Amino acid sequence: MTSPDGIHARFALALAEFTLDVDLHLPGQGITALFGPSGSGKTTLLRCIAGLQRVQHGELHVNGASWQHAKQFLATHQRPLGYVFQESSLFAHLSVRGNLQYGLKRVNTAEQRISWQHVIDLLGIEALMERKPAQLSGGERQRVAIARALLTSPRLLLMDEPLAALDQARKQEILPYLERLHAELEIPMLFVSHAPDEVARLADHIVVLQKGRTIAAGPLAETLARIDLPIQLGDDVGVVIEGKIAERDQDWHLVRVNCDGHDFWVRDAGHPVDHAVRIRILARDVSLALSHRQDSSILNILPVQVVETSQETHPAQVLVKLQVGSLPLLSRITQRSVQALALVPGKTVYAQIKAVALIA
Amino acid sequence: MSFSQADLAAILLTLRLAATATLLLLLIGTPIAWWLANHRTRWKAVVSAIVAMPLVLPPTVLGFYLLLLLGPHGPVGKLTESLGLGTLPFTFWGLVVGSVIYSLPFVVQPIQNAIENVGTRPLEVAATLRAGPWDAFWTVVLPLARTGFMTGAILGFAHTVGEFGLVLMIGGNIPGVTRVASVQLYDHVEALEYTQAHWLAGVLVVFAFVLLLVLYTLNPVWRGKQ
Repeated sequence: MTSPDGIHARFALALAEFTLDVDLHLPGQGITALFGPSGSGKTTLLRCIAGLQRVQHGELHVNGASWQHAKQFLATHQRPLGYVFQESSLFAHLSVRGNLQYGLKRVNTAEQRISWQHVIDLLGIEALMERKPAQLSGGERQRVAIARALLTSPRLLLMDEPLAALDQARKQEILPYLERLHAELEIPMLFVSHAPDEVARLADHIVVLQKGRTIAAGPLAETLARIDLPIQLGDDVGVVIEGKIAERDQDWHLVRVNCDGHDFWVRDAGHPVDHAVRIRILARDVSLALSHRQDSSILNILPVQVVETSQETHPAQVLVKLQVGSLPLLSRITQRSVQALALVPGKTVYAQIKAVALIA
Repeated sequence: MSFSQADLAAILLTLRLAATATLLLLLIGTPIAWWLANHRTRWKAVVSAIVAMPLVLPPTVLGFYLLLLLGPHGPVGKLTESLGLGTLPFTFWGLVVGSVIYSLPFVVQPIQNAIENVGTRPLEVAATLRAGPWDAFWTVVLPLARTGFMTGAILGFAHTVGEFGLVLMIGGNIPGVTRVASVQLYDHVEALEYTQAHWLAGVLVVFAFVLLLVLYTLNPVWRGKQ
């Protein structure tokens, strides 16, 4: 069952309100989001993986290396991992440089795969070197903490809601750095989040936890588009689609994003043509019509096929899964509209997409 | 200047005793403080109470039991005799043992508080940066809790300098061996040598003030709040 590549984690641990019970096979590369509401066991799972929480009879294999198996248990300091804590975790008695060197000098030179300068540049912290943590802003502290973890050349980077303690502006400051890590380093990352927008922006894979159990796991786009999941996303239910900037319309400040042969017009965010981007379409922003209406303000109208419908928590609402070519779409409409439009699987309708967010 | 040879000997002996005791207190007190800071068992209350006993017991009570324990008929006394060390009462090392027990709470409590304030998070962070527990103690806990260690050291030192009853019980009054400054002062007063008593008492007052001044200057927590 355990492949040499990838991460296999199996833990069972009784907690105060529920039992954490997971058996996960995660890809050994890219960013995997551990997603779920507060108190679903995400952080505990991350701590088990780091060895900060000891679980009897747990199993953990990371890309061929065994970190916990039967009686064997590698202590945290013997695991080649990086960990970014939720709140500032810099050592107050050391300068930024001292903090960065703390982990670096404890790693054999032979195992150092990531260069000092690369990390410093990647996170833009050159100017902060001589400062003490108390003299840094929240966003700067988190960037230094990420750099400190990276300098140990980890085989797995664990991040426990690295953005949660930051305000919206600081989050926007850090997100681009995280995207660069993703693009430039080949370190698998596991990151805990309860914010759908962060997950949509960063993750390649997602594991959805609820009350200590995995209720879904898989590639992001595929998993988000499943309508049978009781994912507590509320208004944030939607799909994430990858595409490329195909054209920039300077007059109207719009870009045409091509996703697997289908075009979406989106607000221009300054990306050049051919740049790979993600777009996110929320189910509540997709309405359905039987004809292609030319007399509306909606820019993006696509012919789609109804795949299936699913009742939502509120009896008035229905989630409709749609397909356009290979792309999934979700639409949240009323039960009454389903009746009025006679929506059945296989029927072709027009999806009117009111808003498309360009997220990366 | 009215310090006699005997006065100086007493002061030097006091400093030697306090320095030796402080060193031992840090070595013994740190693991106890660590254990107390990191455990939540019911034994914690028992150990805390035992460590704190010298705060409320008359020093003579402590001295009395130590005398019995360390004396030739006490279990510890028999042990030290069989090891060829002789018995400890009325020796310098007897005083050291008494002082360590007597000043233990003054050292353990500040260190315990400081370690508790540091919390477990910095240790976890250090572990994720490849530092083993011992490494993390020296490079993270010690620097972050340093004011606690300094406070403990200063209080332990000052408290040892200030003891009297315990010294008299287990040390007696042997010049150059167990006659510390406080006992020397008592002798002066008994002998109605008030001038010499003034000098010695004055030195002890200034010494205590300076030590405490250093303590309060050093400790931002105590300084910051009223």
